[in-house]
Amino acid sequence: MPLNMIVCCKQILDPEAPPASFKIDPSTNKVMPPPGVPPVVSPFDEQAVEAALRIKDQQGGKITVLSLGNNLLRDVIKKPLSMGADELILLEDEAFEGGDSWSVAFALATAIKKIGEFDIIFCGRQAADWDAGQVGSGIAEILGIPSVTVAKKVEATDGKAKVERVIPDGYQVIEVTLPALITVSNELGEARYATLKGIMAASKKQPVIWKPADIGLDASKIGAAGRKTKLVKLFQPVKEGKCEIVEADTPADAGSKLAMRLREAKII
Amino acid sequence: MAEYKGVMVYGEITDGKLSSITTELLGGGRHLADELKEDLLCILVGDKLGEAPKKAISYGADKVYTVEDPLLKDYQTDAYVAVIEKAVKDTSPRILLFGQTAVGRDLSPRLAFRLGTALSMDCIELSIDPSTKLLQQTRPVYGGNARATFASELLPQMVTVRQKAMSPLEPNEARKGEIAAIKAELDPAKIRTKVLDTVKEEVAGVKLEDAQIIVAGGRGIGGPDGFKQLEELAKALKAAVGASRPPSDNKWVPESWQIGLTGKIVTPEVYIAVAISGASQHLAGCSGSKNIIAINKDPEANIFKEARFGVVGDWKQVLPTFTQKVKELLAG
Repeated sequence: MPLNMIVCCKQILDPEAPPASFKIDPSTNKVMPPPGVPPVVSPFDEQAVEAALRIKDQQGGKITVLSLGNNLLRDVIKKPLSMGADELILLEDEAFEGGDSWSVAFALATAIKKIGEFDIIFCGRQAADWDAGQVGSGIAEILGIPSVTVAKKVEATDGKAKVERVIPDGYQVIEVTLPALITVSNELGEARYATLKGIMAASKKQPVIWKPADIGLDASKIGAAGRKTKLVKLFQPVKEGKCEIVEADTPADAGSKLAMRLREAKII
Repeated sequence: MAEYKGVMVYGEITDGKLSSITTELLGGGRHLADELKEDLLCILVGDKLGEAPKKAISYGADKVYTVEDPLLKDYQTDAYVAVIEKAVKDTSPRILLFGQTAVGRDLSPRLAFRLGTALSMDCIELSIDPSTKLLQQTRPVYGGNARATFASELLPQMVTVRQKAMSPLEPNEARKGEIAAIKAELDPAKIRTKVLDTVKEEVAGVKLEDAQIIVAGGRGIGGPDGFKQLEELAKALKAAVGASRPPSDNKWVPESWQIGLTGKIVTPEVYIAVAISGASQHLAGCSGSKNIIAINKDPEANIFKEARFGVVGDWKQVLPTFTQKVKELLAG
């Protein structure tokens, strides 16, 4: 039975960028994009696309990707299309910027109401920049649909989804009535690579762009204006402590020496 | 309009006993309550709560609310959100603390949106701003590269707290407190999920969360075979074995071995990181270790900024002699 699926994807600074390149601009209180490292689709969101694609592979369906932000790079934000998603809708406007979980979930939920019919909404379990982990559940609550979080496997039949949900040292199998929202975790496995065919097909597709007015959103309820939390401080913790590097002529000798040094320091 | 007062801890019960996260939240919550000169409350939800309410009092709670109902035996989002929503409306706490646990992560965002209030997840530090009386909610962001402090005027102020970020008080069995029951009044038709099965992995030996010594491997181990060498070292040290995310995602090791932002948080005396680069998301899981020892062939690896001792070299050459010497030293 083909399913109508929506996947929310966020463009973020690459979380795999070397920690040494991470810097906060004190004048704007924002993280400076690391030089030479392009932004990416948040990895958990890519896995959310993968979860939808696996269902589409099995039983057919349509995948609409929804993304909120400003100055979204087409190269980056079209990746889900290259992976096999069908449509891309962008909530792209300055007014959407600077939001917290509340104002972002509100805008996405409003857009989803405009999209209309759906069986499953997939989200990443948390955005790999702010790591808040609330937007998925928030969208579900605003739309009044059930949610299952931290999924590693999703199957759907007859108006229900069967979800393997990660718990410490194991998993639960949860059955949920559709329509529902499911957040996806890394235990789902690697997201597929875009194929050349997929990239070419995606390059021909134009995203649909919605401004706040297009979906009846008041500017006061979205982005920075719609926040329910205030960011008091953003800072990098000062790293103290020095590492003693144990050296020797060969790596093998260094291994023995390390053990002896740890014994000396009463660590082992 | 009800006046919002008190610091309330959402308590969890594991294997019939008050979970360690709950004792930690009560410890941290006690400080907040004392600063505000308000009560420390605890809410416990389940089927049969046993001694847990009395234990919560011994760990610092002034008043414990219990919600007992067969429908609450297993955690399910719809049931628990409805119950806590009702409890909050009945008790109006100023602050609501959850653990950043499987339940906390699922329950608190849904509840925050239900109540129309704001939430900060995975906090590692909480304090009261003396001038505004608002809770200052500090949490790691950007995978752990930075920290952000948030505040909100909306009530109740809700946070989840990272495990081991706070300390429990010494339990005092003589402490006095109240226990009050709240009726669940659940509508079973509103519960839209069913738990079909719970599959738990058998954890051999010490659990990672409790281990004093951990040997962990990263992407550089290259495959499941390499982990056998780490297991050999762990056996000699009576340590637990863990991993960063790539070995877990690649299925070289069980998922439960994953240490990091979306895995386990560990605080051992000794953490031996083998072929782990030290990405912030991994450090989020192990930076609470007393001593980090790093073996990595990249001298620029971030792990060396966190480690106390290290060797720059290929683990395949360093580890065998390290293990050998460790065995000798422990035997002698």
